[in-house]
Amino acid sequence: MGSYVPSTQAERQEMLEAIGLKDYRDLYRDVPQSMLLDRPLDVPSGMSELEVSRAVSAMAAKNHVFSTVLRGAGSYDHYIPSIVKYIPAKEEFLTAYTPYQAEMSQGVLQSIFEYQTMICELTGMDVSNASVYDGATAAAEAAAMCRDRKRRVTLVSAAAHPDAIRVMHTYCYGTGDELRVVPMKDGKTDLSALKEMLTPDVASFYVQQPNFFGQLEDAEALGQAVHEAGAMYVMGCNPIALAIMKTPRDCGADVAVGEGQPLGLPMGFGGPYLGYMATTTKHMRKLPGRIVGETVDSKGDRAYVLSLQAREQHIRREKASSNICSNEALCALTASVYMAAMGPRGMAEAARQCMAKAHYLAKGLCEIPGVTLRYTGAYFHEFVTELPRTEEVLQALEEADILGGLPVDGGVLWCATEKASKEALDQTIAIVKEVLGK
Amino acid sequence: MKLIFEKSVPGRSCSLLPPCDVEPVGLPEELTRSAAPSLPEMSETDISRHYTELCQNVHGVNCGFYPLGSCTMKYNPRIDEEMASLPGFANVHPLAPAHAVTGCREVLDTARKYLCEVTGMADVTFQPAAGAHGEFTGVMLIKQYHDSRGDKKRTKIIVPDSAHGTNPATAAMCGFEVINISSAPDGCVDLEALKAALGDDTAGLMLTNPNTVGIFDENILEITRLVHEAGGLCYYDGANLNAVMGVVRPGDMGFDCIHMNLHKTFATPHGGGGPGAGAVGCKEFLREFLPKSALMDGGDHIQVRGFAGNFLVVVRALTYIMTLGREGIPEAAQNAVLNANYLMRKIQGTFEPAFDRICMHEFVLDLSEFKKETGVSALDVAKSLIDYGMHPPTMYFPLIVHEALMLEPTETESRETLDWAAEVYRKLYALAHEDPEFMHNAPHSAQIGRPDEVRAARNPILRWQAV
Repeated sequence: MGSYVPSTQAERQEMLEAIGLKDYRDLYRDVPQSMLLDRPLDVPSGMSELEVSRAVSAMAAKNHVFSTVLRGAGSYDHYIPSIVKYIPAKEEFLTAYTPYQAEMSQGVLQSIFEYQTMICELTGMDVSNASVYDGATAAAEAAAMCRDRKRRVTLVSAAAHPDAIRVMHTYCYGTGDELRVVPMKDGKTDLSALKEMLTPDVASFYVQQPNFFGQLEDAEALGQAVHEAGAMYVMGCNPIALAIMKTPRDCGADVAVGEGQPLGLPMGFGGPYLGYMATTTKHMRKLPGRIVGETVDSKGDRAYVLSLQAREQHIRREKASSNICSNEALCALTASVYMAAMGPRGMAEAARQCMAKAHYLAKGLCEIPGVTLRYTGAYFHEFVTELPRTEEVLQALEEADILGGLPVDGGVLWCATEKASKEALDQTIAIVKEVLGK
Repeated sequence: MKLIFEKSVPGRSCSLLPPCDVEPVGLPEELTRSAAPSLPEMSETDISRHYTELCQNVHGVNCGFYPLGSCTMKYNPRIDEEMASLPGFANVHPLAPAHAVTGCREVLDTARKYLCEVTGMADVTFQPAAGAHGEFTGVMLIKQYHDSRGDKKRTKIIVPDSAHGTNPATAAMCGFEVINISSAPDGCVDLEALKAALGDDTAGLMLTNPNTVGIFDENILEITRLVHEAGGLCYYDGANLNAVMGVVRPGDMGFDCIHMNLHKTFATPHGGGGPGAGAVGCKEFLREFLPKSALMDGGDHIQVRGFAGNFLVVVRALTYIMTLGREGIPEAAQNAVLNANYLMRKIQGTFEPAFDRICMHEFVLDLSEFKKETGVSALDVAKSLIDYGMHPPTMYFPLIVHEALMLEPTETESRETLDWAAEVYRKLYALAHEDPEFMHNAPHSAQIGRPDEVRAARNPILRWQAV
């Protein structure tokens, strides 16, 4: 069996004796004896490292890794620079915990401070936290931070990610508050419906940009309507798109959140990812989660600490802004290394290539009889087509090692990133054409 | 240390992407960004050296002793990292067709089966991303249970005053009123206080056992019986599961639902504050209330995070569980408890334990008398430990012990490390009597001196800005 206990049997016995005990059972003498497990666990015997490596690798081998991924819907296949994989694997970053002891954790604290700065740069906001769990929980936490005594209702666009809507719904159910879904029209949030729904009890409205269907929302007009009604405006933005897209700040957002996975994190069957979350100075004391601040040490030198802790659960208990403590620090570090490696020009280039490739794919597909764009508005790197014989087409693509778009209401949701080569896109178009031509 | 932005040189970059091989498309002008974000511009060498400098100013479990109480800072096996980075896991889209992800399903199903067995539960969800998130999920199970029965009067969650702050914060997020009950002098549940708090408005009790002072509550069966008798449910905070895994099961103690911190008990790395995984288990009658993903599973369920949770963390935990197996799991627990008791007894005689009895995987020192004698506080001792390259214990928690230091050595520390740690504590005890001033000013050889936290809060500087 495998074990990470360093002490030998002889040492353990000596240690027991040193504290006046005979055997392990004495350590558990406070436990009602009837409750002790009187049989071995029904778990297989332990294994050596080589055996476990074989067994777990065999599970991984049962999955299929597609050479081309044209599916997004909240998890995106971007190129991850090599350095981005190596740095978060450094053992100090990997095995440390939340930097409670600033004198021993300056490296982690500084990396979070740098991450916060990069998120502020990307979003145009003033203050970022150290991350939350993912894009969906970030949206739910943002809704919670916008509520006050009078304004309790949260509005969400029907064109947001279905998981985000459901998570927001769950958090609202928790506190007994209401979530209302603003319908969409032609694949985008229906502005006139939003205006009607902005009653005086509405605390905030959440829109995703680009939305779940890839469409670019008229974010400024939405924000203006929200503010005219005295509510807060929350935007969930794709961070790669933000390299070239108008910032949530410039669109009037009070809180900017989003799924950080595109910033150098593998798809990993859904996680770990990270939720980024930023706001204006005005609302910073309502922001949940860890925040790192700059200060000076006893010698007057620059130093970093966990700051504004009066918001948090370990101080405020049931009155805290959230119960969050562990977040996704290592994922935030990964995102920082990604942004540093790509730089402002590399990020913009990746964004432009995503957009160009998605449009190339859409154009090619829509030349095939029967395939049409479901929505006509501008889009970034995802789009919906109507697609006859969807299953047959996706099956044929799979046989060519291509993961096609995701079947959704109204058609198939496609995505192209900078990783998709022209060759792969041409092949995709040819296969769809062939299947539908039969 | 310079910030990454202070090392940025305009025009510098890494060569990462080929030129675009299709026709460019522009964003509509009204949606285009007015100026590029000021992200660092660096070569790969610059980046590599920057982060190496940062990591040299971090204390990880790989660097030395890290007995941070209630955080279970055990060694993180590297094979777990290797398994999680296999392309067959890392490069899998969560919405790929079912037949392309059978390996991922096998990981989740196998981990679920083993964790059910370890905890005595009927099912487990991996959607929660951290311990507090698991608490939220678990208490939402309790809420749904009462709601499904139309039992709307159950508005209160009972939490002992020794509890971690996440417990009351969680209950509040789930819309419950928090009833704090005081603990007995030994940190265990005061049965009379519990009885007085219970009623037909009780939704449930949140409890960790062993409790936050490291003692196994021997009345546990009576506690869970009383709560059930009042119509409430019992939630087990799995923060301290490392003490008892494979030895005694929360399900057998009478708990209805539980969260586990895979990043504590099951050795996945803490990552400087995440990612963790807060797997939640429940008994059969709560299964129907477990969260599902709107996009992956459909249906009408609660959901606490996108997709299936922190999957790659589950891969690491499963690798660890398979390595330890049926023998290694209780062996880890027993040695965590042995190491804690050994260290406590070695330190005793100088700093005194708050409770002079057998502890579980962690113990609390009460420095209030010591502080009266010397003027040296728990904080001063903690900061002095840093000069010895040892991570301080958890300070000032639980709140029921004054001047508390809470030590959790874990099972992966050797006897030499424990002997050395005890020697350092004894030295500091002596030093406090000789030169308290020196300890007030500690640490003396750390990366920084004590930071001015008040200044950080009063004048928040939360991002770098170009001068």
